[in-house]
Amino acid sequence: MRIRFWGTRGSIPVALTAADVRDKLAQALVQASGRTFATYEEAHAFASSELDFSITHTFGGHSPCVEIELPGANEYFVCDMGSGARPFGVHVMAKQARAPATVNVFMSHVHWDHIMGFPFFGPAYAPGTKIRIHGVHDVLEHAFRLQQSPPCFPVEFDPLGADIEFVKLTADKPHTVGGLTVTPHLQLHSGDSYGYRFEHAGKVAIYSTDSEHKLENRAEAEGFAKFFRGADVVIFDAMYALAEAISVKADWGHSSNIVGVELCQMAHAKHLVLFHHEPANNDATLEGLLKEARRFEELTRTDHALKVSAAYDGLEIDL
Amino acid sequence: MTLASRRYAGAVVLRVEGRLDQDTCDTFRADLMREVDGAAREGGTVVLDLSGLEYVSSAGLRCFMLASREAKAMQARIYVAQLQPMVDEIFGISHFNLVFQVFPTVRDALAAVSPEAAAAYRKA
Repeated sequence: MRIRFWGTRGSIPVALTAADVRDKLAQALVQASGRTFATYEEAHAFASSELDFSITHTFGGHSPCVEIELPGANEYFVCDMGSGARPFGVHVMAKQARAPATVNVFMSHVHWDHIMGFPFFGPAYAPGTKIRIHGVHDVLEHAFRLQQSPPCFPVEFDPLGADIEFVKLTADKPHTVGGLTVTPHLQLHSGDSYGYRFEHAGKVAIYSTDSEHKLENRAEAEGFAKFFRGADVVIFDAMYALAEAISVKADWGHSSNIVGVELCQMAHAKHLVLFHHEPANNDATLEGLLKEARRFEELTRTDHALKVSAAYDGLEIDL
Repeated sequence: MTLASRRYAGAVVLRVEGRLDQDTCDTFRADLMREVDGAAREGGTVVLDLSGLEYVSSAGLRCFMLASREAKAMQARIYVAQLQPMVDEIFGISHFNLVFQVFPTVRDALAAVSPEAAAAYRKA
């Protein structure tokens, strides 16, 4: 199983500005002060090994879209249709080389940042493509049609070339979709959201975004620990630092890096991936939140180590 | 988890001992809110002496946050003092050091409350 991140930002897409790029370049030059590089490869090696991620990379700007690729499968599996669905669609069409694709979509919920990429999802316009949009919400189809209704978008939903089907799932019940076992789980978020547990060939991936955790509720924490139990990877809504999540942004429907570590430790999960990054946070702030989560994991580690990463557009994780 | 209270002029020092996590936070929260409520009614400041706090989880930190909110609503203040290294680091990691005024010692916290509170502490 391979997880491929096409969109990792929460709420609204963001882009690096010219000033951001200039700032990264200036910081890299300062850190390289006194060094000379005879070749591109030497400079590349220095940048890769000695500079922080936030200087050499960006966490990226597309809103949520995460692909799950199964070895040998001829179908696609993807969580949410945020703006990352546009490059995901380019990838699908290039890989298919004009052959029709079957794409299985799993929707956490239908807030705008999670559906906005669909009108720009190329395969939706290709006759012969099959798109099955799975979810627990009754309003799933309504939301997809609504965003392509006049005056919001020039192409309405009905003329789309693909064969598009909406498939209702039941919470906490395992479903089999194209060889993948999928179990949705209710989460606390305005209008409800659902996390997904994906199981295939002994590997488990959790997609749990737009989910707030009320810390005083032991039953809720234990329910999520059970849902995450033994996962190889947990993609987790870590939009805020803990103090922010439980003070000024309490009841906004999101969580923190610290709670992600605690729940994964309870669940004996192997790898926590911080996801749904706050759009106001720059790359340095996001890298800081990642370092803090890693340090918290070290401080509170008991019988097993938890790997902690931060998702970025383009990240691939092999399970 | 224990909570011991001592008064120094217009300040109440609450000494917190033990581990504050999901198993202990309900009782602790009730005790803390009662103490904060009492101190706030007298217009005082609460100093949390965390020298005996071995560990705090996110659920425990939430107790502090709720107490702070309660105190602010009653125009009172909560200071935090004398954190053990691990708890001090968790305060930083969770950004609670941006929410609370943290002092290296109880004496420093009381000096920030008032000269009378600091003098009462010295004499005790």
